[in-house]
Amino acid sequence: MTSRKNRNNRLKDKIFSVWGIISTLIGLILLVIFIGDIIIEGIHRIDWDFLTGLPSRKPEIAGIFTAMMGTIWVLLLTAMISFPIGVAAGVYLEEYGKKGRLSKLLEINISNLAGVPSIIYGLLGLEIFARIMNLGSSILAGSMTLALLILPIIIVATRESIKAVPSSLKDASFALGATKWQTIYLQVLPASFGGILTGVILALSRAVGEAAPLIVVGALAYVPFAPKTPMDEFSVLPIQIFNWISRPQHGFITNAAAAIIILLVITFAMNGVAIYLRNKWQKKIKW
Amino acid sequence: MKKTKEVVIEKFLLFSALITILTTIGIVLVLAIEAFKFFREVSVFEFLTDTEWTPLFTKKRFGILPLLSGTFLTSIIAIAVALPIGLTIAIFLSEYAPRKFREYIKPSLEMLAAVPTVVYGFFALTVVTPFLQTIIPGMSGFNSLSAGIVMGIMIIPIISSLSEDALRAVPNSLREASYGMGSTRLQTAFKVTVPAASSGIVVSIILAISRAIGETMIVAIAAGQQPRLTMNPLVPVETLTAYIVQVSLGDVPHNSLEYRTIFAAGITLFIFTFILNNISHWIKNKYREKYD
Repeated sequence: MTSRKNRNNRLKDKIFSVWGIISTLIGLILLVIFIGDIIIEGIHRIDWDFLTGLPSRKPEIAGIFTAMMGTIWVLLLTAMISFPIGVAAGVYLEEYGKKGRLSKLLEINISNLAGVPSIIYGLLGLEIFARIMNLGSSILAGSMTLALLILPIIIVATRESIKAVPSSLKDASFALGATKWQTIYLQVLPASFGGILTGVILALSRAVGEAAPLIVVGALAYVPFAPKTPMDEFSVLPIQIFNWISRPQHGFITNAAAAIIILLVITFAMNGVAIYLRNKWQKKIKW
Repeated sequence: MKKTKEVVIEKFLLFSALITILTTIGIVLVLAIEAFKFFREVSVFEFLTDTEWTPLFTKKRFGILPLLSGTFLTSIIAIAVALPIGLTIAIFLSEYAPRKFREYIKPSLEMLAAVPTVVYGFFALTVVTPFLQTIIPGMSGFNSLSAGIVMGIMIIPIISSLSEDALRAVPNSLREASYGMGSTRLQTAFKVTVPAASSGIVVSIILAISRAIGETMIVAIAAGQQPRLTMNPLVPVETLTAYIVQVSLGDVPHNSLEYRTIFAAGITLFIFTFILNNISHWIKNKYREKYD
């Protein structure tokens, strides 16, 4: 009797381990199927004309040039705004405001911000940047919105990397007479830079894929010319893709698939660089 | 001289940190002020009880329930997909899989969360819906089922990663005691480690729900744009987020009632995610397992 029960339990254990493997792989298999489907649909559409073409009502001649330029502009501006602020905030929380109610409040606030849906940031950007600051639906307004969106990710990554720097390094610096900021600037930041950079790149790769907050701020689906200044109106790749998906003609679905391939290449390349940097830095520095 | 520089730098760093507080204040004020203006024209009672949402039609009705039902329907479907798969992955990786396997599979799974959501929307509309239509005839081209399923795939890593961290934090002595009594790995997992890690697992589920409620592009693309008070997963619905996108794409004049509806939808969404996020913080702090 006991042995049969025992055997039964062992069988259940085996079954679960098979179900475990299936579950683990099912998401990845679906992802591979999806991406394979997209490549089959869109790869033949990608050529030089597609990359440099302007938007058009005819799917065969429509290109992604203006959206691509918009994405590059937004990426650069978002990085320029979020990087200094995020790293500075992370340094403050980790090195200066260690104790006290303010830092506790900051900490709770940051983890709350990380959970706010991206479209809410869009509403914030629409009201504050586009309207009250009168920036309109410009690249600058969109970039500032995305910068706020990814700020919590950068702050958390900065804090984690700084935390990993051993205090012996700081003690040595202080012992040589360095001030607090000299110690941070000359010792702590260089030692943690790999981790910070990894976090920033991952955060930016998230920003590249965002469509919702930019649509709310007022980014357009159709922009006839590539933007030239931060005050210009713009579109980005995800919005161009969204626009093409919503059109009835099949030609635009092909275009959307082709643009998705480009977007995925950018996203995965950024993730790859981030992982490479992380591994390289972890190997290089052994405390 | 040196000292002033130090002080100035510290002030700059503090100011950067305070930007995060300003962001929160900004969000709350923007939503509250515009929503307040909205509720001067539409009664709260109508907003909460009317069963139709037609602010863009000539006959305007302002009941939030259809948007809420759309949001919850897609989120429930997503969780129904992500919870069993995500939890199984977490248990499998922490209790069964060899270390090497786990080290390779975890970053790969997190790739699922790195794919832009507009791409998932494309999958849902062009792959999943046509496939489901072959099984379920009469299913609409826009529906909450396929949007929900794809959203579920997207949030698998949230549940699997965070739950696995929680499971692995359970000390081995507990497992060994269970094995010593002759339990199998499965019995140990469900009778010992999962209960011991339950608060961490609940937190992961709450965060996944919060993420699903706030998700925008998948539902805007694949679930349709028809506010409808229904629990039928086969017909078009509209979520809070998809409504905000729909209005933003159109030409709605500023300072109009239509313009304010997106802030009314926004504050509703914000309140739900805010409550969920704070419940998860609270659980995390209150039930943090201590075994040392």
